[in-house]
Amino acid sequence: MTDGGIEPVSFLDSMTEVDKFTWEIPAHAHPGMRVPGIVFADRELLEKADQDNALQQVVNVASLPGIVKASLAMPDIHWGYGFPIGGVAATEVEEGVISPGGVGYDISCGVRLIKTSLSLKEAQGKLEELVDALEASIPKGLGAGGKLRLDRREMEKLLVGGAKELVALGIGWEEDLEAMEENGCYPGADPAKVSERAYQRGSGQAGTLGSGNHFLEIQVVDGVEPGAEKMGIFEDQVVIMVHSGSRGLGHQVCTDYIEVMGASLAKRGYQLPDRQLVCAPIRSREGADYISAMACAANFAMCNREALTHWIRECFQRVFKAGARELGMELLYDVSHNLAKMEEHEVDGRRLALMVHRKGATRAFPASRPEVAGRFRETGQPVIIPGDMGSYSFVLVGTEEALSKSFGSTCHGAGRALSRKAARKAVRGEELRKRLEGRGIMVRAAQMSGLAEEAPEAYKDVQEIVEICEGAGLSKRAARMRPLAVLKG
Amino acid sequence: MRAYGASLAEVFENCALGMVALMLDPETVGPQGRIGLEAEGSDSESLLVSWLAEILFQAETRPWAFGEFKVDEISARRVKGWGAGEPLDLARHKVRAEIKAPTYHMLELKEEAGRWMAQVIFDL
Repeated sequence: MTDGGIEPVSFLDSMTEVDKFTWEIPAHAHPGMRVPGIVFADRELLEKADQDNALQQVVNVASLPGIVKASLAMPDIHWGYGFPIGGVAATEVEEGVISPGGVGYDISCGVRLIKTSLSLKEAQGKLEELVDALEASIPKGLGAGGKLRLDRREMEKLLVGGAKELVALGIGWEEDLEAMEENGCYPGADPAKVSERAYQRGSGQAGTLGSGNHFLEIQVVDGVEPGAEKMGIFEDQVVIMVHSGSRGLGHQVCTDYIEVMGASLAKRGYQLPDRQLVCAPIRSREGADYISAMACAANFAMCNREALTHWIRECFQRVFKAGARELGMELLYDVSHNLAKMEEHEVDGRRLALMVHRKGATRAFPASRPEVAGRFRETGQPVIIPGDMGSYSFVLVGTEEALSKSFGSTCHGAGRALSRKAARKAVRGEELRKRLEGRGIMVRAAQMSGLAEEAPEAYKDVQEIVEICEGAGLSKRAARMRPLAVLKG
Repeated sequence: MRAYGASLAEVFENCALGMVALMLDPETVGPQGRIGLEAEGSDSESLLVSWLAEILFQAETRPWAFGEFKVDEISARRVKGWGAGEPLDLARHKVRAEIKAPTYHMLELKEEAGRWMAQVIFDL
């Protein structure tokens, strides 16, 4: 995304190789760093990150007040706004800051995987009918309004209570809640901290997919590891993946609080290398207000994915003429990959209360963490990793090693290799659709140019990213899926 | 995105047009009506971000397709103007991408030899 002609500075010379998949930028190497930078990558990915200026962003994040241990980057690191995408930073709750830029505009953008009891053979003949039904039922792309009409009171209830409030309205299943981070309700949400503008942007968009890299895919399991069966995943199983976020509501919350915190920067005397890194102490009014508003946006995002799940289940019911429960359409798990969370972690032998920012990174907790629901006690928390269109996606599980190395975090996807603009130049949407269809993948997109931006060429190889995560100990593979049909926003 | 102008007002108008051109083809938009636009900022850079965020908000919530902009009054902390266009019609307006927000990352707004230049990076 360095289309603007930015001259990158190389950081490779100041880095040391800790092991094959771990590279360190020492804290003394660059002025302003409070902690080292640690990048989990192989040499090739590291060089790419260096070329697109993402390592500069790792260094910048290391200057945040109250940051502990290190400014971390996952193997899918690429250039972002302020924080790199793939960035993880933990700040001390009592002394540190919260940064809206460390969460991103699409607060709680995330991915979920819905299982079915159908094998590919059982579903194949109905696939086209299913895709037509989904296309008619799922609002997607710019300007597409949601089918969920909520008045202000209902909306506020969702923002505070999250997915359980939607379930109470008959949308989604009670048992879905256990398969969501925080049981589908991010605590501490206060709708009074969400601006009128954010309400207005979000109100018409509940239950919409959005555009950009958001999608819905019907996939088939193509490779399982031992333990996958404990999650109800089997070879040849048809599954559905949904990638969406908090829509205009989250975008506006981020926009609003970047302004609020920007105005208070000077009085705090913060010197930041990038204005997009604006922040405020977690214990300040601005910080606490943002956290309450971010919680609302996270709850909205989980409700959004839950509403989409409801309509997906309805489509399957109609097409297969069987109940969604009969079709085994349980939620495997729902992860957020743009969020900051209050978590306890051990750092240098001390148990600390931290605000863990994950921007394009996913929480990957092992079974031992109390946050992981009972049904995952044997496996650890499932992590859903979307691939790019036409390539594999993965289910991973969290590890103990990730807890000590990355605050229990792993990658979030393939990571961009080409900017959107470069992708549009390299690939034509219509050609791409034909190419994917030649490989038996059905494609429906709101806009063809948007399709080109998400072409496989635009992304790093997700399989490689997942292997590096495994090599670095950040997560373990449980299953691999390949796409059958893509609905793109 | 980079936009230029002979004055601060003009660079604000061109930035706005550049942003909406990422969302849809402004050539497909007719000037049926005008929407008043106002924004405030703590300095001229934050004013530019607020101006663009205001246009994005109007485009998304009405929903509205903009094709033309005019700045009537501008100072370092306040801008007032309008945008012309018509209600968004997905059948007629050639829609491109959804913009989440204008960002502060690598934001630039400067005057050099009587010409203004603005650089804004959008989160799409």
